[in-house]
Amino acid sequence: MKQPNRIKSWEITSESNFINRRAFLASAGLAAAGATLLPATGNAAVRELETVPGPYSTDEEPNSWEDVTTYNNFYEFGTGKEDPYRYAQDFVTEPWTVRIEGECEKPGDYAFEDLVAPHALEDRVYRHRCVEAWSMVVPWVGIPLGDLLKRFEPNSDAKYVRFETLYDPRRMPGQRRAVLDWPYVEGLTIEEAMHPLTLMTVGVYGKSLPNQNGAPLRLVIPWKYGFKGIKSIVKIEFTKRQPRNSWNVSAPHEYGFYANVNPEVDHPRWSQARERRIGAGLFAEKQPTLMFNGYAEEVASLYSGLDLRKNY
Amino acid sequence: MSPKTLRAMKVAVFILCLLPLGKLALEAFGVAGMSLGANPVEELLHRCGKWGLNFLLITLAITPLRRLSGWNAAIRFRRMLGLFAFFYILLHFLVYAGLDQRFAMQYIVEDIVERPYITLGIIALVLLLPLAITSTNGMMRRLGRRWQKLHRLVYPIAILAVWHFYWQVKQDILEPLIYAGILALLLGVRYFYHLQRKRKQHALTMDKKLRSETP
Repeated sequence: MKQPNRIKSWEITSESNFINRRAFLASAGLAAAGATLLPATGNAAVRELETVPGPYSTDEEPNSWEDVTTYNNFYEFGTGKEDPYRYAQDFVTEPWTVRIEGECEKPGDYAFEDLVAPHALEDRVYRHRCVEAWSMVVPWVGIPLGDLLKRFEPNSDAKYVRFETLYDPRRMPGQRRAVLDWPYVEGLTIEEAMHPLTLMTVGVYGKSLPNQNGAPLRLVIPWKYGFKGIKSIVKIEFTKRQPRNSWNVSAPHEYGFYANVNPEVDHPRWSQARERRIGAGLFAEKQPTLMFNGYAEEVASLYSGLDLRKNY
Repeated sequence: MSPKTLRAMKVAVFILCLLPLGKLALEAFGVAGMSLGANPVEELLHRCGKWGLNFLLITLAITPLRRLSGWNAAIRFRRMLGLFAFFYILLHFLVYAGLDQRFAMQYIVEDIVERPYITLGIIALVLLLPLAITSTNGMMRRLGRRWQKLHRLVYPIAILAVWHFYWQVKQDILEPLIYAGILALLLGVRYFYHLQRKRKQHALTMDKKLRSETP
């Protein structure tokens, strides 16, 4: 199956991105040299992954490695955009266990490696739209969430899936302040969770996830605002009732459960009609935001009959 | 202080006030590996706004500083600091209107009308205009006592500016709250001085009254 000399879409990249990548590989090399003395931990443990091309990739040019790994919202490591890059470097994600519970036949504690091992890792280049009206194009690596969830045999009462991030203020310094109601919680309907676009993500740019991007595993739901993409997941629960997600708990009039990208429904404090593409530079114009972030063809049917203005 | 020292100090303060702009310029042009980060428009916008707010509060700190330290020459720097507040706030607006919205009037008007935090920001900027225009010696002379009255507008402007920041922030309100705390302190001190002055005046009139009543 695996073709050794296959060129991935994101490998055709601009020179500046190339230089960034080279600088990164150089520092990774140094880290590898250090690893002969100590086992690599934190971001020094980021490694190349074996991947196969996945479906649904956009042919838009991905953002640089630097953009993707230094401009992040991950409040567990601080509320500034560069805080996660700064403060997550030494976060240790090995060992990592995920608890599966709720309405399913095979609940239990699963090691990260056991969760991922049976699946092929797919490259998927997705548009990423933040609720703050900026966007990127990111070459994720992951497995369809549905394929993973089916292994736990959810029963007919499993209408929703609830996800939880690690809560450990010693390792996640942002949790020492009650900016949000920790631990971070997100949720999907079972149909959304099973949709082939929904990706349980373990890597980016062909490598395992850097900590600031939600290592070791996070969700990517490309037709929803970025905050639905919960990071550093430690718990997955199948539920009968709609779970309350953290942003909805903290500001219910501003953030709903669905959080589908929708240029026609503004955030109460700012417009969602246009977005600023990260990496486009100081003089670039904003671009129009697409319904469902451009994935309407794939997902619009999930919401037929639903009032998207009320269910924002 | 000799006029010469004052002049030298003014030049030094002027240069200090330009440093934030200098740093932004170096980052914008990518000098020596410096950069505005992944979202340069947002970074420029926020940094100019923050410095405008900083200079507003620094300007408001001059009077309390003068009273507490007894260093009366501090007043000589107030106009320059106030004008730098105006300068950075104007830059903040130009980055918003020019780089962020690319002077698209429809979006700018929509923002001002529909987004309360932007409405507050625009009001603050508009109120700052007459203060900047009347900051010259000639205007001070011409306006006389009305000049001081007019320039008390800086109090509501500062409140609007901090409020604008508070409403803009997505979730983490710690920083705007710190600004609000400092502003409350600076305005509170003024209120305290005001009460003190009133008490003194009252005491004086009572004194006069008593003296006139005693035969």
